[in-house]
Amino acid sequence: MSTAAPAEVQAAALEDTSLGAIARARWTALKSGEVGTLPVIVGIIAIALFYKYKTDFFLTAVNFQNLIGQMAAISVIAIGVVFVLLIGEIDLSIGFTSGVAGVVLAKLQVPESGHDFPGLIAIALALATGATIGLVQGSIVALVGVPSFVVTLAGLLICQGIILQQLGTQGVIGIQDKQINDVANYVLTKNTGWIVAVVFTVGLAAASLGTYVSRRRSGLPTGNLILTTARLVFFGGLAFAAVAVCNHAQPRPGVPLVGLIVLFLVVLGAYVAGRTTFGRHVYAVGGNAEAAHRAGINVKLIRILVFMISGSMAAMGGIIFASRLNSVDLTAGGGTILLDAISAAVIGGVSLFGGRGRVTAALFGGLIIGMISNGNDIVGYSDAVKYIITGTILLAAVTLDTVLRRRQAAVGR
Amino acid sequence: MVGALDSSAPPWYKPPVSAPKPPTLELREVSKHFGSVQALQGVEFEVRDGEVMALVGDNGAGKSTLIKCVAGIYSIDEGQVFFEGDPVTIHGPKDAAKLGIEVVYQDLALCDNLDVVQNMYLGREAHDHLFRLREEPMERRTTETLASLAVTTIASVRQPVATLSGGQRQSVAVARAVMWNNRLVFLDEPTAALGVAQTHQVLELVKRLSEQGLAVVYVSHNLVDVFEVANRITVLRLGRNVGVYEKDRTTQQEIVRAITAGAAAPEELEVAT
Repeated sequence: MSTAAPAEVQAAALEDTSLGAIARARWTALKSGEVGTLPVIVGIIAIALFYKYKTDFFLTAVNFQNLIGQMAAISVIAIGVVFVLLIGEIDLSIGFTSGVAGVVLAKLQVPESGHDFPGLIAIALALATGATIGLVQGSIVALVGVPSFVVTLAGLLICQGIILQQLGTQGVIGIQDKQINDVANYVLTKNTGWIVAVVFTVGLAAASLGTYVSRRRSGLPTGNLILTTARLVFFGGLAFAAVAVCNHAQPRPGVPLVGLIVLFLVVLGAYVAGRTTFGRHVYAVGGNAEAAHRAGINVKLIRILVFMISGSMAAMGGIIFASRLNSVDLTAGGGTILLDAISAAVIGGVSLFGGRGRVTAALFGGLIIGMISNGNDIVGYSDAVKYIITGTILLAAVTLDTVLRRRQAAVGR
Repeated sequence: MVGALDSSAPPWYKPPVSAPKPPTLELREVSKHFGSVQALQGVEFEVRDGEVMALVGDNGAGKSTLIKCVAGIYSIDEGQVFFEGDPVTIHGPKDAAKLGIEVVYQDLALCDNLDVVQNMYLGREAHDHLFRLREEPMERRTTETLASLAVTTIASVRQPVATLSGGQRQSVAVARAVMWNNRLVFLDEPTAALGVAQTHQVLELVKRLSEQGLAVVYVSHNLVDVFEVANRITVLRLGRNVGVYEKDRTTQQEIVRAITAGAAAPEELEVAT
């Protein structure tokens, strides 16, 4: 029992960083239910191959550009969904929250209305509206203890009512403001696109190097250098490839600004969730709220803040929708927005049981949802087929999550 | 912390060296009820540095309630709490942590989805002024702490707690309690879910904690374990004190009788200190 010194030696010896050992460890983890992003990547490749087989247009540059525009809003809303699912709650109001934000945005830019603001101010106020809706719902959930399912279901109805009431007489508000319309429609120049790819890759490299150096300085296992480099080359290469493809799209070559916005928000969200105390507490509340409370974490505050994030991201999605259509009408926030956003997060690998998943799931899941929608439109399938395919994939994702969760628990005991 | 003995005395007064140190934790006349259920009624309790005080009693005796009152999960209805002689009020887990009181709960209170390091630092993460996590010092200290407690079976401190065995999880929970240079550690049924070898390991660990000068409160149903590690034994029954027994001057039979039927002789009703 009193063998403290050998324990340290043993702990150090257990860290084998050869490629073979890492592959074996990964395989063991895979068998015990830690699959990471593997199913999502397999899914993306399979779907891409399927639609490529159906129509050659699917993998063209201009369609890639289209796809970015189509998946942007859903992916952004899904970022908020990820946070809500991580604390083990649900937000059903996101669809119509995005609609309300769109209405606020449109109303605040109507020329000579007495409340016409510059585009960016209107965008900020629309975001604040979403955050406020989240604050109210989150407070009721966290402070009063009403289940989030019911609170946000009520929020869904109320927000829908507000949209109908505000647009009732005219039914539609056009958006002329250039700044607002640029959000979804501006295309970066070719060179700006390249600069973005360089900045992204250098930033990624700097982050990896920083982690490597500080871990090495602390005498901690640093992982395999070849694997880290390979990951860097892969994601950097992906960024350059995406820019190259977009720059070949005709008639408007270049990376859509909205793609950059999505990437920025995903990276920001991933950073907050993975690298800050707030993010750590979000995972703790989702994993075991009672343990989090006993450890001194302010569980109620975390819940409220997460619903505010959800509301803000929904509002940002609504802004993108409004900008893309250059208008807001009675259908704003409706349709399949809610289910698409939740499906995106779940398909991306976020657990409905709380505490497990990453923010990047919003991007991957959004991509899958976007690809199915985009591919079906091109091939000419009806909405019926789209719903059936999306539903099947969602069911598969949730089933996989449940099975993996049970398997992980079985390994532990 | 300034001891109670000299806090009310003039500044030139130096207490004699032989003056008894106040207990690390002392509860006087503490009561707690939930609705009509009286969980604790006028309970007295104390534990001193370097001793293992066992807290025993049947189900519903108030052991867990007492722990949660001290840990700040519940607030007490009546009575006083003294920490090293000073009266204190504990409103939340943070207050308890600030005093140096740590609790290892029966259900361990670990987050299954988080890894070992994340659980060890739960709620007390090392971060810079921008609330960015500082993973390196956390991981290093976790590794060192586990090594110093001879916990050798955990392959990686970066694996989720969900993948650990019962004994490993208990080790993580105990290691978390001792990592913070605490003054007082509560262990709630630490061996209930463990096998023979792992139980022995935890009991060794408990003895080591008290040898390091910590005050340890050991809550258990298992009187064999209690008699192996404890210096003194406090018995609760139906939310009231039965008595405090010196381990060397009592027997398991006497403790069993105290737990099930209350104290036999009237003189034992007085709380001996």
